[in-house]
Amino acid sequence: MIEILDDWCKGCEICVNRCPVQALEISEIMNKKGVRVPRLKAVNKCYQCRLCEQLCPDFAITVTKEEKEEGEEKECKLIIGGVCAD
Amino acid sequence: MRYELDPVRVRKILGNKKQFIMGDMAIAYGGLLAGVGFFGGYPITPASEVAEGMARMLPRAGGTFIQMEDEIASMAAIIGAAWSGTKTMTATSGPGFSLMMENYGYAIMTETPCVIANVQRTGPSTGQPTQGAQGDMLQTRWGSHGDMMAIALCPSTVQECLDMTIESFNLSEKYRHPVVLLADGEVGHLREKVVIPDVDEMELFERIEATVDKDKFIPYSESQTNPGSKVPDFPTFGSGYRSYVTGLTHNDMGFPATDKQPDHERLINRLVSKITDDREKLTDVEEIELEDAEVVFVTYGASARPAESAVRMARAKGIKAGMLRLKLVWPFPEKAIYDLSKKVNKIIVPEMSLGQMVHPIREFAAKDCEVIVAPKVGGVMHLPVELLEYLEEGA
Amino acid sequence: MADMISQAEMREKYLRKGMLPTIFCNGCGHGSSLDYTFRAIEELGLDLDDIVFASGIGCSSRIPGYINADGLHTTHGRSLAFATGVKAANPDLNVVVFSGDGDATGIGGNHFIHAARRNIDMTVIILNNFIYGMTGGQVAPTSPKGTIATTAPYGNLEGAFDISELAKSLGAAYVARWPVFYPQQPIKSIKDAISTRGFSLVELMSPCPTAYGRRNKLGNIKNLWDWYENNSVLAEEYDKIMNYGTDEEKAATINKIKIGVFQHTEKVGFFEAYEEQIKNLMANDDKKWGGV
Repeated sequence: MIEILDDWCKGCEICVNRCPVQALEISEIMNKKGVRVPRLKAVNKCYQCRLCEQLCPDFAITVTKEEKEEGEEKECKLIIGGVCAD
Repeated sequence: MRYELDPVRVRKILGNKKQFIMGDMAIAYGGLLAGVGFFGGYPITPASEVAEGMARMLPRAGGTFIQMEDEIASMAAIIGAAWSGTKTMTATSGPGFSLMMENYGYAIMTETPCVIANVQRTGPSTGQPTQGAQGDMLQTRWGSHGDMMAIALCPSTVQECLDMTIESFNLSEKYRHPVVLLADGEVGHLREKVVIPDVDEMELFERIEATVDKDKFIPYSESQTNPGSKVPDFPTFGSGYRSYVTGLTHNDMGFPATDKQPDHERLINRLVSKITDDREKLTDVEEIELEDAEVVFVTYGASARPAESAVRMARAKGIKAGMLRLKLVWPFPEKAIYDLSKKVNKIIVPEMSLGQMVHPIREFAAKDCEVIVAPKVGGVMHLPVELLEYLEEGA
Repeated sequence: MADMISQAEMREKYLRKGMLPTIFCNGCGHGSSLDYTFRAIEELGLDLDDIVFASGIGCSSRIPGYINADGLHTTHGRSLAFATGVKAANPDLNVVVFSGDGDATGIGGNHFIHAARRNIDMTVIILNNFIYGMTGGQVAPTSPKGTIATTAPYGNLEGAFDISELAKSLGAAYVARWPVFYPQQPIKSIKDAISTRGFSLVELMSPCPTAYGRRNKLGNIKNLWDWYENNSVLAEEYDKIMNYGTDEEKAATINKIKIGVFQHTEKVGFFEAYEEQIKNLMANDDKKWGGV
């Protein structure tokens, strides 16, 4: 899951652009500055690498592990050039 | 470790009770006695001996001496060190003082206690490096940009170089303000007898450190432990107060408020009035033959010496001459000058420049009292006979 | 990585209340650098009470204001001289300086040189964006030749400072340069820089879309961030190509910015040496006097 502190987002889209699995998109939600904030795509391959969280210059993103049934947790075993190559 | 300086050790390093030393060295002695823990300096004539003395003695006392890359850095380093909780000092002369103006203003804005010993020479520019003068009297007050007040003392003897350095530290700690010891090359390089105070013969003022609960602390407002004082408590770095120190206009919490007119007005007024409220308490003058005087010198620093001789000579001739010596020149002793000007016909200001302090003296003297300068430039002192002529003319 | 501190936790633990959002422009890399610094501090287990953050003037120099720790926001270029004093009077404090390329190598070049030469025990994080950002995009000592800036409207004719190369030649204990779009390398470098005795420099190449990217036609935020990726090369890789590569490979690499850890040595920091000197001097006096 990805929590976004909407009002701190400036809309740089770095999270969207640098996500290795293109899991994020710009949403229709507008914050108080009039910036459309990012969110996870309905269908996504997010494996909680937390790159978007580390890159976010505005401390607005927190990636949390999704509650999944045991054994179902998906982790990228092989990353090449920042991209999941599983 | 954070160095704790042991005053007994410092006193032992200085040695004999009575010594024959130069003014610059007496300034170094005064700094050590006051408990300086950090000295950052840059060589410049005629102030280098202060740094040399510090380089030799300060590490033995447990303090740190660094010869910085220039005077800008020296001033910066002593401010940084002050925030880590020690008393700090630098020494310089005209050109170096000009470079220090930037961070002198920063020290005023951030209310950082520190001492600058300025063994003055003249300019403009490099001027006469090896000749003393009194070139920075007004730069001390007006040299940095913006509204501010200055605290400055002027020693006339080597003993005063020592005593006034200690006093400079006390004032800087008390008001959280940079204090300038405005010596001049003459006094700085003069050798005289000094009596070195022992530990129990000195009164030292230590800055009031913040002690209130950390979440209730207001870093840039009136003191929270000393009610009524406009000098805020000092949150030493590393003490957990997590204070933010900035040269930008800041609010009471220390955060930038650069576009907030009321914040700026409140801050600047407090920075100035914390000193000017005490103007009369701070006034420190020496009166010589003033009871019935009609023509007087208002003097400071080295030029007080020939002036005093001239007064004695004039008195021997029956001239009602006198002298008021300003030991503290900033904040300007407005009332002392006004009161004097009401009693006398003429004020003569001997200065080793074309005239600097004559301007505030004229500003605060009563209108019917004539105020003139007795200038002496070129790096030599007034002769008593030259000054006597001024008294004879004025009588 | 799974137990890495989250930005939500950082907001509580490290950021000063009421100061965010930052004044940094959209797409600026400075905020990411702050994030990496927090992660490095977290991984080192340091207490913010024991760290002083100093800075000069410029965008980068606003960073200490966002950190819930002692901060010294000083005059332009002078932060290293201030920080030298902070450390001198209390060597137990960790001193971390944030500076920009103009602040550190323009107006503060002399202080930078001497802090590195003295091997003052501190960590300097220079956010290099090739431009004076806060004042509106004037040419910097680090601006590449040909840069268009408000004060170089026809193209910059001056050579550029290589900050890391300069620090290396001055004998700095630790020197590394990374673009901000890789989180892990800067985090590790900041950790190593803080842990290394003596003078440590981490130069982070931080994109400035407003004052540099836009004027130099490097496109939108995405393209500017990509430009850094496409125009930097690991120092080891660079050397390999220059030694063994084909002419085409060499031509494609020669103008790229070298990144990596350039120097990592173990040597006594200035204040360690100073403390030793004080101890010896005091012992001498004690011997002479038979105790104080």
